[in-house]
Amino acid sequence: MTATDTMPDAADRRSWAEWLDGHSGRIMVLPAVVVLLCFAIFPLIISAYLALSRFALASGGFTLKFIGLLNFRKLLVGSQQYHLLGKFGTFGFVQFALLALIAAGLFFLLARYLLRGRPTVVGTVGRLLVTSMAMGLAVLALATMAPGGVPGTVVNTLLYVFVGVSVQFALGLGLALLCGQPIRGRNFFRVLFFIPLMVTPVGIAYTFRMLADMQKGPFAPLVRAFGISEWSWATEAWSARLMVLVGDTWQWTPFMFIVLLAAIENQPRDQVEAARLDGANGFQIFRDITWPAIAPIAATVVLIRLIEAFKIIDLPNVLTGGGPGLATESMTLHSFISWRTQDLGGSAAIGYMLLFISTIVCVSFFNFVVRPARRFEA
Amino acid sequence: MSTEPRSLARRLFEPASIDSQAPVARVLTYVLLSLWTLVVVIPLYWVFITSFKGPGEVDNGPFYLPFVDFAPSLQAWDFMLVQNYTLRPYMNSVVVAVASTLLAVLIGSLAAYALVRIRFQVKLAAVAIFLILLTAIIVAVATFGVRWEIAIVVAAALFVIALFTLVGRTKLAVGNSDIEFWIISNRIMPPIVAVLPIYVMFQQMRLLDTQVALIATYTAINLPIVVWLTRDFFAGIPLDLEESAQIDGASKFRVFFTIALPLVRSGLVATFLLVLILAWNEYLLALFLSNADAQTMPVLVSAQNTTRGPQWWNMSVLITVMIAPVIIISSILQKHIARGLLVGAVKG
Repeated sequence: MTATDTMPDAADRRSWAEWLDGHSGRIMVLPAVVVLLCFAIFPLIISAYLALSRFALASGGFTLKFIGLLNFRKLLVGSQQYHLLGKFGTFGFVQFALLALIAAGLFFLLARYLLRGRPTVVGTVGRLLVTSMAMGLAVLALATMAPGGVPGTVVNTLLYVFVGVSVQFALGLGLALLCGQPIRGRNFFRVLFFIPLMVTPVGIAYTFRMLADMQKGPFAPLVRAFGISEWSWATEAWSARLMVLVGDTWQWTPFMFIVLLAAIENQPRDQVEAARLDGANGFQIFRDITWPAIAPIAATVVLIRLIEAFKIIDLPNVLTGGGPGLATESMTLHSFISWRTQDLGGSAAIGYMLLFISTIVCVSFFNFVVRPARRFEA
Repeated sequence: MSTEPRSLARRLFEPASIDSQAPVARVLTYVLLSLWTLVVVIPLYWVFITSFKGPGEVDNGPFYLPFVDFAPSLQAWDFMLVQNYTLRPYMNSVVVAVASTLLAVLIGSLAAYALVRIRFQVKLAAVAIFLILLTAIIVAVATFGVRWEIAIVVAAALFVIALFTLVGRTKLAVGNSDIEFWIISNRIMPPIVAVLPIYVMFQQMRLLDTQVALIATYTAINLPIVVWLTRDFFAGIPLDLEESAQIDGASKFRVFFTIALPLVRSGLVATFLLVLILAWNEYLLALFLSNADAQTMPVLVSAQNTTRGPQWWNMSVLITVMIAPVIIISSILQKHIARGLLVGAVKG
């Protein structure tokens, strides 16, 4: 009797366990998908809606009115154009020469793809889109940085991303190569150089404000000796931007350094030794052995850094408050300021434009740099 | 020929053996590395000693050495930690960072493991219909004032109907690599795009300015990193161990928790630390989602800019207590972090 009593129960439990096991894959992925749906996809769609509407406070709440692309129009050609894009200067010879150089480079890459490889429809359309966006951003950057021009938040962000990431990569690679030499105390340097990555960006901003204080900072005697203690970096556009870049570089060079050093330590030792025996010099070893070995990792590290660099807000917000004027304001900070002034639609529109630019830059970097670098290795 | 004495120049510029550097190169290496050491140390040193200064020591020009050119005092420490409410934001930061990191690592590694070991086939049509219905719900609620409960029920019913009638006839499907790419690509999204709706969402749920809101949001933004790093750790462990356990009748969950997770312990430590530091330092989302009760340290630090200008001594105390624990933890576990990052970067 006892057997028949417990039988259905056991069968029940077994089928429940079987069901659980049969669907284990879905159950394991489900939490991640739900979290991302709630905090990424759902907000993205709402943001798209916000970007297309006008938000207004009304009695007892707020109203949302669908206005189409008016927010984008205001930002690109209307009253907010100065803030987002900046003021255009006059094109001189240097600007035209640089622009011609960039155009020639882009055209060369496009032509090479169309003539050499086997062009596909998707590949061609994608490249045309990327090329035209790169051209547009180049014109914008050159025009606003020309005499008489004022760069807007788009150009500021691009400056932080491209100049910042290149400098950080160069410094990180240099330090990693130095540390990769057969030296004593490598672990000491590794631990020490890693530290800035841990420091809160907000803290870094205040620290550099303290350091760069012309009257009571640690370099004040030096500044006094040069007789420029009346001058302040915060009142001039380019010195303020440089300050933001310095803080950013101080924080993120360690990231490049630590990964590249690990990659260098993993390079084929026997090849390096064989090359040394054959009398190869340091540069030849770097070019023929080290660089091919670390290129895929280097490309990936730069990609990760690119993705994060577009989101910069803490440093400019605390270091300079976006000023002087809007000289150091990034797109995220611009969007935040719009939000604070109750312009929700404008804020979402700026966010969407940042998403658009950063996605295209990161995806093209992945397709045109990271992938070839990996294939090169294989 | 080998007995020929080497000239001074050759001795300086050529290495004595394969494994060493030439003297000149070695000196140059150490000089450059020492220079960067200064670049790293000076800002940290300045923050640290400024926290022992008072208004007088800061305003009357730079003093460099405690006990030598100024008398250190614990006044600022006493003011910030004992008399003020710094402890509360600190505890908020600790709770939010640790809880969100634990959640992100758990949810993320489960998903990563499943994506490495189990084959998925999701019909593209189902994804498309889901997104269309989600958009329809939002438009219906926002524009036409439909109650959101009704909209969700109707949409869910439509989705189920579509799942059984239309979706089965389509062929196009997304596989594991597509799902993985989608999860990881969420990291590209700048948080500023998502934060407005998240703010409104928590406002409606009356969860604004609570630790729950921050924990949930941080879990979500750090999830892509966890999946991206841990998937390579799981892909690196040999299959036979798990298979023999499965033949013995262990369920997938059991295999995951008792075999797979312990095998990638070192990688998990790296992932955990990295995400912990990101959550600890996060600023933008905390700025939106907290103001008094759930305020975290980065927001408190950035709010120190009073009308009389920041009080460097108090600020330095805050920055020191914020960075000290992460520096200590990461210096101890530094090897794990480097290896974890490397694995991620190799496979990507």
